[in-house]
Amino acid sequence: MSTPDAVLASSQWINDTFPFFNEIGKTLAGWFSWIKIGAWFESLVNWMTANLDPFFTFVSDVLGWCVDSLTAVFLWLPALVFALILALLGWAVRGLRFGVFTLLALALVVQMGQWKDAMSTLALVIVASVIAVIVAIPVGIAAARSSRVSSVVKPILDFMQTLPAFVYLIPAIFFFSVGSVPGVVATVVFSLPPGVRLTELGIRQVDKEMVEAGEAFGAPPAKILTRIQFPLALPTIMAGINQVIMLSLSMVVIAGMVGAGGLGGVVYQAISNLDVASGFEGGLAVVILAVYLDRLTASLGNRSPVARARKAAAKA
Amino acid sequence: MSPDEEETVPAVRAENLYKIFGKRSDRALKMLSEGASTDEAKALGVTPAVVDVSFDVEPGEIFVVMGLSGSGKSTLIRMLNGLLEPTGGHVEIDGQDITSLRPKELRAVRQRKISMVFQHFALFPHRTVLDNAAYGLETQGVDAAERREKATRALSMVGLEGWETNLPEQLSGGMQQRVGLARALAAETEIMLMDEAFSALDPLIRRDMQTQLLELQSQLGKTIVFITHDLNEAMRLGDRIAVMRSGRIVQIGTAEEILNDPANDYVAQFVQDVDRTRVLTATSVMEQPLAIVPTSAGPRAALRTMRENQAGAAFVLDRERQLVGAVRGDPVAEAVRKGEDKLDGLIEEDLATVTPDTAVADLFAPAAESPLPLAVVDERHRLLGVIPRVTLLAALGNVSGGDSSTDHLSPEIVQESAAGSEADGADEVPGDSTGDEGKESADVDS
Repeated sequence: MSTPDAVLASSQWINDTFPFFNEIGKTLAGWFSWIKIGAWFESLVNWMTANLDPFFTFVSDVLGWCVDSLTAVFLWLPALVFALILALLGWAVRGLRFGVFTLLALALVVQMGQWKDAMSTLALVIVASVIAVIVAIPVGIAAARSSRVSSVVKPILDFMQTLPAFVYLIPAIFFFSVGSVPGVVATVVFSLPPGVRLTELGIRQVDKEMVEAGEAFGAPPAKILTRIQFPLALPTIMAGINQVIMLSLSMVVIAGMVGAGGLGGVVYQAISNLDVASGFEGGLAVVILAVYLDRLTASLGNRSPVARARKAAAKA
Repeated sequence: MSPDEEETVPAVRAENLYKIFGKRSDRALKMLSEGASTDEAKALGVTPAVVDVSFDVEPGEIFVVMGLSGSGKSTLIRMLNGLLEPTGGHVEIDGQDITSLRPKELRAVRQRKISMVFQHFALFPHRTVLDNAAYGLETQGVDAAERREKATRALSMVGLEGWETNLPEQLSGGMQQRVGLARALAAETEIMLMDEAFSALDPLIRRDMQTQLLELQSQLGKTIVFITHDLNEAMRLGDRIAVMRSGRIVQIGTAEEILNDPANDYVAQFVQDVDRTRVLTATSVMEQPLAIVPTSAGPRAALRTMRENQAGAAFVLDRERQLVGAVRGDPVAEAVRKGEDKLDGLIEEDLATVTPDTAVADLFAPAAESPLPLAVVDERHRLLGVIPRVTLLAALGNVSGGDSSTDHLSPEIVQESAAGSEADGADEVPGDSTGDEGKESADVDS
């Protein structure tokens, strides 16, 4: 095809005919050469590594302890017994079919020899999701109540979601060294935004007249939030939490690259060794975990206060 | 209410209230209070929603604020309980200026003194009907048992006993608004703000709700500020009505004052479509009873009274002017011929009577059924006046055709009201709920 040549030629022609555009560009580059974003960021990271070490050590210890203990708890029972417990949970929340599916799928994970890694991944995902939710909901509420907070938070969320994960993985390794902790941190950064966004959306969507009714009867703002806005926004907030968990799982492989182990580690090693069999088994285990967590949390989302009240009213 | 008005503190007082939305509201406020028009203020890029509004609402009164959408009535009502902070002026509740209160004190006022009923009900979907009705008590900090008891009572007041455990979504619109009403009643505040409370309901249900509100009001004697865009509703409910236009109050008065003496063309334009038979009462059409005879009179005297007044019948009153019945010309003349000297046995006691505040619209049926003029009696059954059928028909012609001031309206006003109707859909047209009756009376007119 000749198009690229034509484009190149015309580009050459523009440069030759209007040389001053290039001149202006060079001059501006000269003026602003003192701006060195990359170098600044690097020195910021270096400064933080050097000066905030006690803080990072503390965070690292706490997170590491959480993930390790949770993994230990999950592995404390024999694999099939714990799989049965998860299946019963699925049954209780969603129904018999889902319970049976869970049992069979988890049995497959055991059969593939991925159980230990799956449980450490589950622990990492749960710790990361809990942290993300704990941060996301208050930030989302603040953003819903104040347009100023919202306009500050939004670009930060965009940044967190679109900045390639590897870019903050490197400083995360500096701060927390390799292991599950930088994995948790990277996962939190990536999975936090939908939690914030959907919390804000949910609360903003609550009928204004209902909030007014609370105000008109003299309810204090905290009561309006907890008794009116939050319950009515809960389905949307639960959808946000569901998204947080899903995004956490999607970060598993990247977390594996920084030594978080688990299924991510399995997949990462398989990629390095071009081991198709092991890679597929690890990947399938991730999918099974994802489907289980998604269906489970989606069902929890359906149990909104309104739906619960409906059930109660039907019984009465 | 006592006649010495100076002693009573108004339940709600608005004093030079302004609400101006926009960045340069302070400048606009200064301009407007110095006499600039709203259009001049709008040039600053602000929206003057309420402009220099002052009124007093007396305890026990239903005060209706009426205007088309965009006239500022919703903004106004939200300033009365501090949901919106006025740009200028003051709101007093029982003599207490609430514009200077701190949030906590303001909440206390809302809990104890003012409740509110909303246009779209604003019930909480995740709470049962009972818990919704108890909401105001909950914010007051009333304990659960008392809450339950009072909310149950309020629900039975609005005719919803048995629905306590249902959810709002299981109720029809009218019933939902009854819950909204019960929520306001249960809070036991003296003042109730009703923001287009019945506007979202079907016309028939709306009438029911109006009737129910009037019944409740006669028992409870609350102070009600009622917002509406429906003139018939305003006329029906309001002890006094404030007509609002572009943020200003253009007239305050009773329904009859506004009908009979519109302050300007705008009000006249508004009221021209109103069904006056629903506003005017028996009092305004009844006539002096002339053909009356005492119970002690004989047939001869009765016959003479009838002849003198050229009537075919006469009403018989006892000494306290209480209505006993009526006698008709033919039997009385017969008795005279027979030489009887008592009216006993001639008096028809089963007469159609109406009270002085019966709406003219409700006089037609009894008038059609009764061969005699309708007797207007007070609560002690004393005869106040009579309404012959002819008088009723004449009054009907009068009330629907008497208003010629609307014929020379400026085109601007007509346009504005048309725009207002468009903005809010068909049910914004003044006098819509009148329905066929309104049309009928217009036909009689032409």
